Amino acid sequence: MASAFEYAPAPESRSVVDIAPSYGLFIDGEFVEAAEGKVFKTVSPSTEEVLSEIAQAGEADVDRAVKAARKAFVKWSALPGSERAKYLFRIARIIQERSRELAVLETLDNGKPIKETRDADLPLVAAHFFYYAGWADKLDHAGFGANPRPLGVAGQVIPWNFPLLMLAWKIAPALATGNTVVLKPAETTPLSALFFADICRQAGLPRGVVNILPGYGDAGAALVAHPDVDKVAFTGSTAVGKAIARQIAGSHKKVTLELGGKGANIVFDDAPIDQAVEGIVSGIFFNQGQVCCAGSRLLVQESIHDELLDSLKRRLSTLRLGDPLDKNTDIGAINSAEQLSRITTLVDQGEAEGAERWSPACELPSSGYWFAPTLFTNVTQAHTIARDEIFGPVLSVLTFRTPDEAVAKANNSPYGLSAGIWTEKGSRILAVASKLRAGVIWSNTFNKFDPTSPFGGYKESGFGREGGRHGLEAYLAPSSPEGER
Amino acid sequence: MSAAEKSEQQRLSVFKTYKLYVGGKFPRSESGRVYEVTDSKGKWLANAPQSSRKDARDAVVAARKAFGGWSGATAYNRGQILYRVAEMLEGRKEQFVREVADAEGLSKAKAAAVVDAAIDRWVWYAGWTDKIAQVVGGGNPVAGPFFNLSSPEPTGVVTVLAPQESSFLGLVSVIAPVIATGNTVIVIASEKSPLPALSLGEVLATSDVPGGVVNILSGRTSEIAAPLAAHQDVNAIDLAGADDVLAKELEIAAADNLKRVLRPQPVDYARTPGTERLTAFLETKTVWHPTGSLGASGSSY
Repeated sequence: MASAFEYAPAPESRSVVDIAPSYGLFIDGEFVEAAEGKVFKTVSPSTEEVLSEIAQAGEADVDRAVKAARKAFVKWSALPGSERAKYLFRIARIIQERSRELAVLETLDNGKPIKETRDADLPLVAAHFFYYAGWADKLDHAGFGANPRPLGVAGQVIPWNFPLLMLAWKIAPALATGNTVVLKPAETTPLSALFFADICRQAGLPRGVVNILPGYGDAGAALVAHPDVDKVAFTGSTAVGKAIARQIAGSHKKVTLELGGKGANIVFDDAPIDQAVEGIVSGIFFNQGQVCCAGSRLLVQESIHDELLDSLKRRLSTLRLGDPLDKNTDIGAINSAEQLSRITTLVDQGEAEGAERWSPACELPSSGYWFAPTLFTNVTQAHTIARDEIFGPVLSVLTFRTPDEAVAKANNSPYGLSAGIWTEKGSRILAVASKLRAGVIWSNTFNKFDPTSPFGGYKESGFGREGGRHGLEAYLAPSSPEGER
Repeated sequence: MSAAEKSEQQRLSVFKTYKLYVGGKFPRSESGRVYEVTDSKGKWLANAPQSSRKDARDAVVAARKAFGGWSGATAYNRGQILYRVAEMLEGRKEQFVREVADAEGLSKAKAAAVVDAAIDRWVWYAGWTDKIAQVVGGGNPVAGPFFNLSSPEPTGVVTVLAPQESSFLGLVSVIAPVIATGNTVIVIASEKSPLPALSLGEVLATSDVPGGVVNILSGRTSEIAAPLAAHQDVNAIDLAGADDVLAKELEIAAADNLKRVLRPQPVDYARTPGTERLTAFLETKTVWHPTGSLGASGSSY
């Protein structure tokens, strides 16, 4: 479709962020080299430009960081909650002050549009710290018994899709409850976590309370396995989540896992079509679909299938893919070559299995990692693209006739993280929502997040909740008579 | 010697054939196996069914079938039914005092105290069914025009390894919280002292608890637990009755479909419980909906 207007480029300025040529590990309040001296490069996925060279943590570094966190735990956990709160409020404020810098940085390192980092990631990051800051001196009132105790050292491993937001989800509740942390960011997006280390310095956070270890899966595994880690928090793939659950079996470690999803977005025949189309688009194309709670399975009531698909295709034709720093960009780059090849493989499989592939006319930049918004029709429940998490801008469209069939199809997945319901009928929303086995259900909206709202999955999407009062539980030792631990 | 005493001496008592309780029925083990159960001094009490992996799988089928109805029942209704269990137990107290005294080598007075506590535990959890959602759920004040509500929901089918020592109070203390919230359960009775558990099945069957909501298996704990820990249609496992070695093995198997795992821990079952066993097998579901806005012209009253 020819667009009515050409857009002039409107790039956000890079000058607001100063990326050093190299970064160390952040252990015990200082940037240090890795024990084995290894480094790796982090690149901008939209241009393949090398952004910086990063020290790569290994087992010895994990041990050193855990020791620092253990040492810091004594004083940090003994600090009055009101003092811990003020550190977290400081951090929240500094994030707000530096939010444009961090948004540009995140867009450079991750490849997602500046529109998203600026308007979603960063405001949520600051809000998350602000929210948990307020809990630090009110834990007695949180419903976990009197004087709930922290667990100790938290080992946290986070993914690359929302690097700083996932850091906030992990670190804010951990610190509010009096734990200290060792956090490993993903190897493709280490920069915002390292900038966060600098924010900890500015906030005057005591040494060792937060330790940041950029590295690969081996460093994450070493962190999870470390005997002096009391709490493991992981966001990532279900396969790794299962490996972690096996690894910590028989130990004292408490664990929360936020894993994959194959969210069903259910559109009934009485839904407001235009709003539903916007919700479907935000459900699967927000962050290039690299979202565990993405609405990657569209379940459309058969009678409106053609009408909805026409509107959806028309809308997809207006999405702008390109420079993530451009303020008009809707679809940015895929985070890595590895992820791009995973998406490509699954999409090829979708075609090979007989589903019908469609993408709008869409020119892809010549360098960087890109994938055009894609949808599949004629998809059955048996197709791989209807079962496996693709983690990319790829929507599988299925149909149903009755609400019961919609629920059965939505629940036909080992995952249970998110779901969407579109209908004007209130009683149907409540009936369907109560039958869906998923942790977050968006009705007549999609992909909304808030620090006060608990997030997490049923079934193989993991266990435990992050956010809200519920999110505190993951970092507190039970004080009930049943569980003196 | 009076005539009455004489006839009592001569009367041979009627033994009970202890059976499993699965899907509301009382089957023997499909394997045809039994094992000898003795009291604390080694005196023969009964032959209990020695369940097989097939019995375990049958129990999962029964528990899954019962889940929709039980989790969909009103919390009030579940509370009434749990209270009914307490009523039925109260009437059969003597039987359980005898069985608990035999099983745990307690004096009659001590066994009576244990049974009383177990009955009271059903009452405690009966009262929780329609309160836990208000305690652990609620509205979330999100920063936007959305109504946002978090509610607890049952995890699904739960396997429970009942405590090995506390054969009745411990057993009740691990079953009641699981079903109070709408889960269904497969419980593996104390290996050494399974008789109070098997008798509890008879009480449940007459307490309006729908068949399949509680399924009770006796036998070798490790033999029955292994297939249940690995079963893809079991959602959670309470390892209360496992030793450290077995607990680790089962936790590893449970990771295959990411079962929720409650690890064994020292528990004084005589104390009033907290909410940990209730919340261990709950999921939190959060539902969002836009609120719309009437704008500034709405009433200020």
